[in-house]
Amino acid sequence: MANHEPGHSDCLLEVRGLTKVFGELRANDHIDLEIKSSEIHALLGENGAGKSTLVKMLFGSLEPTSGQIFWKGNPVTISSPGQARGYGIGMVFQHFSLFEALTVAENIALSMDDDVSIENISEQAAVLSREYGLPLDPHAHVADLSVGERQRIEIVRTLLQNPELIILDEPTSVLTPQEADRLFETLEKIRSEGRSVLYISHRLEEVQRICDRATVLRHGKLTGDCDPREETPASLARMMVGSEVKSVSNTGGSVTDQVLIETRKLSAPARTPFAVALKDIDLTVRGGEVIGIAGVAGNGQSELFDVLSGEELVDKSDDIRICGKDAGRLGISARRLLGAGFVPEERHGHAAVSSMTLSENMVLARHRSDAAEFLTGGPLKIIRHDVVRKASERIIKEMDVRMSGEDPDASSLSGGNLQKFIVGRELDRKPSVMVVNQPTWGVDAGAASRIRQALIDLANSGSAVVVISQDLDEIFEVATSIAVINEGRLSAAEPSENMTLERIGLLMGGIHGEDAPAADTHLEAAHAH
Amino acid sequence: MRIELERRPGHSALFSVLSPFIALGLTVVAGAIMFTALDKNPIDALYSFFIEPLTEVWSLHELAIKAAPLILIAVGLSVCFRSNNWNIGAEGQFIIGGVTGSILPIMVHQWDSWLVLPVMLIMGMIGGAAYAAIPALLKTRFNTNEILSSLMLVYVAQLFLDWIVRGPWRNPEGFNFPESREFDVEAILPELLPASGRADLGIIFAVVATLLTWFMMRYMLRGFEVSVLGQSARAGRFAGFSANKMVFFAFLFSGALAGLAGISEVSGSIEQLQPVISPGYGFTAIIVAFLGRLNPLGIFAAGLILALTYLGGEAAQISIGLPDKIARVFQGLLLFFVLACDTLIHYRVRLKFVAHAEPAGEGA
Repeated sequence: MANHEPGHSDCLLEVRGLTKVFGELRANDHIDLEIKSSEIHALLGENGAGKSTLVKMLFGSLEPTSGQIFWKGNPVTISSPGQARGYGIGMVFQHFSLFEALTVAENIALSMDDDVSIENISEQAAVLSREYGLPLDPHAHVADLSVGERQRIEIVRTLLQNPELIILDEPTSVLTPQEADRLFETLEKIRSEGRSVLYISHRLEEVQRICDRATVLRHGKLTGDCDPREETPASLARMMVGSEVKSVSNTGGSVTDQVLIETRKLSAPARTPFAVALKDIDLTVRGGEVIGIAGVAGNGQSELFDVLSGEELVDKSDDIRICGKDAGRLGISARRLLGAGFVPEERHGHAAVSSMTLSENMVLARHRSDAAEFLTGGPLKIIRHDVVRKASERIIKEMDVRMSGEDPDASSLSGGNLQKFIVGRELDRKPSVMVVNQPTWGVDAGAASRIRQALIDLANSGSAVVVISQDLDEIFEVATSIAVINEGRLSAAEPSENMTLERIGLLMGGIHGEDAPAADTHLEAAHAH
Repeated sequence: MRIELERRPGHSALFSVLSPFIALGLTVVAGAIMFTALDKNPIDALYSFFIEPLTEVWSLHELAIKAAPLILIAVGLSVCFRSNNWNIGAEGQFIIGGVTGSILPIMVHQWDSWLVLPVMLIMGMIGGAAYAAIPALLKTRFNTNEILSSLMLVYVAQLFLDWIVRGPWRNPEGFNFPESREFDVEAILPELLPASGRADLGIIFAVVATLLTWFMMRYMLRGFEVSVLGQSARAGRFAGFSANKMVFFAFLFSGALAGLAGISEVSGSIEQLQPVISPGYGFTAIIVAFLGRLNPLGIFAAGLILALTYLGGEAAQISIGLPDKIARVFQGLLLFFVLACDTLIHYRVRLKFVAHAEPAGEGA
C-alpha cells in the first residue's frame, strides 16, 4: 500500500484510516481505500468482515468513528444517503429497501430527489432496463416479485440517478450466467463512460474477470490490496479467510432404491395473480441423491418449496409422497414427523423469528418433531428451556456458528452464521428428506462451503436432498442430478455429469427440446464462461 | 441541526426495570408543575391525589374494585396484542359479559342455590367470548379489519344494554326506573373482608388470571405460539402454527376475561343491571396493557396505578376543587413518560450540527 499524499487527482474516492467502533467491536479498523475514475473496484471479504459497515459509511448511512473520506481530492463528510447521492454515489443494497405495496415505478419515484411524474419514470426505467438487459415491468407490484426481480429494480433505480460511483452489494447472486454476463457488459459500459464501480462479491472468478483492483477485508482490517488478475483464486481466498477455503468433497455415497420424496403430476394454481402456478411437476428423489433445482428467480421456486414443505397444501393427497406415505394433505408438522426437514429461502421472518433467541428458534421448527424431548407437562405443553438450550448449543458447536453472547437473538447473527444454525437445526434431526431453498444466498464463502458439505454428507448417509438454488456453482458442487424450473414447469432431472452450463442456460430460458432453434442467441453469452 | 435517535449498542437491564418508576417520578414532577400553574399548593394537591387514597383501608378496597376489571381485561388484551390481533372492543365484551351473566339472577331469580354464582360467572365468560368471536370470524372469513369491527361492536353492546334494561328486563317493582331487578344474595359476588370495605372476589380473579397468563406466556408452547405468530405470520406457518386458529384463541381468551370482568363488576359492586355499567374500563385497559408492556405482571402493577388515578381524580374533586378530568391528564402524562423512558433506554438522543457543505461537482 503506497503511502502517498491524499487527494490524488486521479482518485474519485479515497478513504484514509476509516474506523467504526460499535461498543467493543471494531467493525472497521483503519481502512484505506482508493477508487480511481473508470475503475471496477472489488471489495472482498467474508460476512462479518466489515464490508457492509465500510460501504454504509461511504453511503452516509453510518457515521465513521474516525478517519477521512476524500471525494475527488476534497475532504468530505457524508452524513446521509441523500448527500451521497448528491455527490454522485449510488448504491444497490444486498437487502433491498423497497415498499412491497407499491409498484416498481413508484418505488423508483420515491428514491428520486426531483419531482418526476410516474409515467416519465416508468418510461425511463423501461428504457434503461432494456438497455442493460434487466427486464422489468414498471407497473408490477413489488410484493409479487422474486428476489432477483427486486434486485433489478434496485440496479435500475440507481442507474437512473446517473451516478459517478456505483456501489453494488453481491449483485450476481440471483442472476443466471447469461444475465450475469449481461450485467458485466453493463458494468463495462459504465466504466467506459468514465464512471466507477465498487463491486462487493464473494465470487472470486467474477472479481478476477471484471475487476481492475481488489481490496480485501478480514475481521474489520485491511488484508489485501491487489490486482485480482495477478492473483489466483486460492491466494485471494487466503486474504479473505486467512486460510485456504475448504473445498467441498463429494465422495459420492451409493444411491439406494428407496424413493423418499416423490411428486406425481403435481399442479398448484397461483395463489395470487402474480404468483407462479406449478404445472405437472414430476420429481423423484431416492435415498443418497441430491437433486439440484436450478432456475431464474421467480419461476416457481418458492411455490414449489411451499407445497413440498406443506405450508401450502395440494388438493390430492397422493400428489406428494414422503417416505412412502401420501403427504399432499399433511401440514408441515406432520411432514416433519414423517422425517422431512425444511430450510426456506428467507432467514428472517420465515426460517427464524429475528427478535427471538436461537434456542427459541429451535422450538420454532422442532416443537412437534421433538415434542417428547422439548415439552413436558402433558397437555400444558411446557417448554423445557434447559433441554432446548442444550440442543441449540449442540448445533452451534456442530455447525461452528459464531456469535456474541450466550443464546443471542437471531437478528444479531450475521447471515452466514444464522443460516448455519438454521441448516444445522434440521440436520441435527437426521431427516430422511431435506428440502432447502437457496441455502447459501447472501452467505460468505466459508459458511457456504460448510453448508454444502453438510448437505452432501446428509445424502451420503442415505437421505434424499432437494436443493433449490439460483447459484449454478452450488448446484454443480452438491447435486447428483439436476433439473431446471421455468415458469412453474420442472424439466426432467438428469445426472449432473451430463449437464453443461449451456444446457442449463437453455432450460432456464424455457427451451426444453434437444435441438432448439433459438439456441444461438442464448448460447453466445454462455460461451464466455 | 437535527435530532437523531441512535440505537444504543446494549441497554441497561437496571434501567429497564427502573423505567416505570422513573416515569412515575416524572409524572409527579409534571403534576406538581401543573398544580402550581393552577395556583394550588403542589404538595397538598399531590398528597390528596396520590397518597390520600392509600391512607385509609376503605379506599384501598375501592382501589381493588377499580383495579380488578382493568387488570382482568388488560391481561386478556395483552395476549391478543402480542399475537398481533387488535381487539379494541373489550368494552363491548365487558358489557355483554355483564348481560349474559345476569340472565340467571334476572330471569330465574327464584332459583336459590350456591350454584347460581359460578354459573353466572361462566355464562359471563361465554358471553364475552362469543361476542369477541364476531370480529374474529369476520377477520378469518372475510379478512375484515378487526380494529374497526371490534370497536363498532362496542356501540352495539352499549345500546343493547340500554334497551334491555329499559325494556324487557326492567324491574317490575322498580317504579319505572331504567334498572333491572336487584340481585338476590346468592347472585352477589362475596366481599373479601366485609368488615373493612367493599372489595370483592374480583381482585382475586385478577390475581389468578395474571398468574396463569404469565405462566402461559412464559413457559407454555401456547405462549410461544402467540409470540411467534405476533411477530411473523410466515415464521408461524413454518412452525406449523395456524394463524386463523390464533385469531380465535386470542379473541376468545380476551373476550372471556373481559366478560368475566363485566359480570364480576355487575354482580360485585352494582348488584343489578343499569343502562351504563362501565366507566370505560375496556378502553382504559388498553392503556393498562401497554403501560404494563404487555407483560401480565407489569399489567397488574399498571392496573393498580391507573385505578389510583381514578380515585385521585375523585379525591381531587372533593378536597382541592379541581375537575375530575385531572385523572385523564395524569393518565396521559404517565403513558407519555413510560413510552419516553422505554424509548430512551433503547436509544440515545443526539444533536447533530452539520456544516452543510454543498456537494462538490455537479450533483444529480
